[in-house]
Amino acid sequence: MYRAVVGIATVCALVIVGVYRSTEGRIRDNRERYLKDAIAQVLPDAARTVPVSVSPAGRLESAAVPAPLPGFLAYDAGGALAGAVVTAEGMGYQDNIRILYAYSLARDAIVGLKVLDSKETPGLGDRIETDPRFTANFAALDAGLDAAGTALANSIVTVKQGEKTQPWQIDGITGATISSNAIGEILNASAGAWVPALERDAMNVSIDGGG
Amino acid sequence: MATTESTANDDFVRGLWRENPVFVQVLGMCPALAVSNTAQNALAMGLATTFVLLMSGLFVSLLRGFIPREVRIVCYICIIATFVTAVDYLIMAISLELHRQLGAFIALIVVNCLILGRAEAFASQHGPKRALADAAGMGAGFTAALLFVGAVRELLGAGSLFGFAVLPDGFQTWSVMVLPSGGFFAMAMWLAIVEWVKRRQAGFTAAEASA
Repeated sequence: MYRAVVGIATVCALVIVGVYRSTEGRIRDNRERYLKDAIAQVLPDAARTVPVSVSPAGRLESAAVPAPLPGFLAYDAGGALAGAVVTAEGMGYQDNIRILYAYSLARDAIVGLKVLDSKETPGLGDRIETDPRFTANFAALDAGLDAAGTALANSIVTVKQGEKTQPWQIDGITGATISSNAIGEILNASAGAWVPALERDAMNVSIDGGG
Repeated sequence: MATTESTANDDFVRGLWRENPVFVQVLGMCPALAVSNTAQNALAMGLATTFVLLMSGLFVSLLRGFIPREVRIVCYICIIATFVTAVDYLIMAISLELHRQLGAFIALIVVNCLILGRAEAFASQHGPKRALADAAGMGAGFTAALLFVGAVRELLGAGSLFGFAVLPDGFQTWSVMVLPSGGFFAMAMWLAIVEWVKRRQAGFTAAEASA
């Protein structure tokens, strides 16, 4: 009996490993292409991206090793800095929500958002992706810095549907409170870490790397 | 030789109509209701389930002399889980977008009682040829059933079929059909139709027999 169970388990393990190894190349290519398409959606001007990261000291630096939550400086066709594209992640209603957003240094605002991965409830929580009124929040979401330049002047926060009065607020979705609040929290935390570093160092980062 | 051929054919056809997994056996309701919001998702889920049915049926049949009765369920689940994992990677390699659409339901194929049910009831007691025919028939019947439900839901809920707009722009879509409740409505409708047709068939057969 043990021989049978161990035998079956061994065969199954070999099948799983075989499939994993034979598909991992294609899956990696798919992931890269997916990210490229997502970047093109949130920042249409981006022609070239350079991976960067924020050091523990809060400075922007080139990222030689791909980070789990990558961020990029994006340059347009003419070579000028078009903005930054950052991935961020946080807990939603069901599971982690992973997003990609574009930050424009010229406009001190978040100018595009795409949900990369979410397991929110279909028809309810997933309206963070499908509701045009919600996605319109991210055409120009204020993310300006305070006087010291070390933090956001106003925290990005999700408010109840219909109660948005300030450019740094996100008009929420009734019936998807937790999911829409999660987007606000994720953006606030990520922008709070990235925007000070971007504003200070984006012009100084070497643009030789990336593609 | 001729008897074996026709028996294998019978095994295949049985899963399509007489013992259709969704409309007659009423198995695998969870993915049938959840992933049939569009015709494309329904087709993908049906094909993924068919793949797992075929591979697990083949392996269970080939190993049926080797698996002791006491641990058979453990072994079946191990084999089924292996191929569900395999199909998960395969779908990621084909299209990340499709993988996102199907979401958590790919992993949930492992709890689809249809697969364990066929392994226990058929594949473990017949040779590989008949097991494959049965699995193919059940898979085809499952996919067809999902397509029927998915087509109705997409047509009424979005006015399209496989993404192609079919109904004119003026059509006011029934949003409820793409929500979970719509799945129940569509499923109930098809169950009623199938039951009615079967009763008429039984009525004809009885009339012929008594004539």
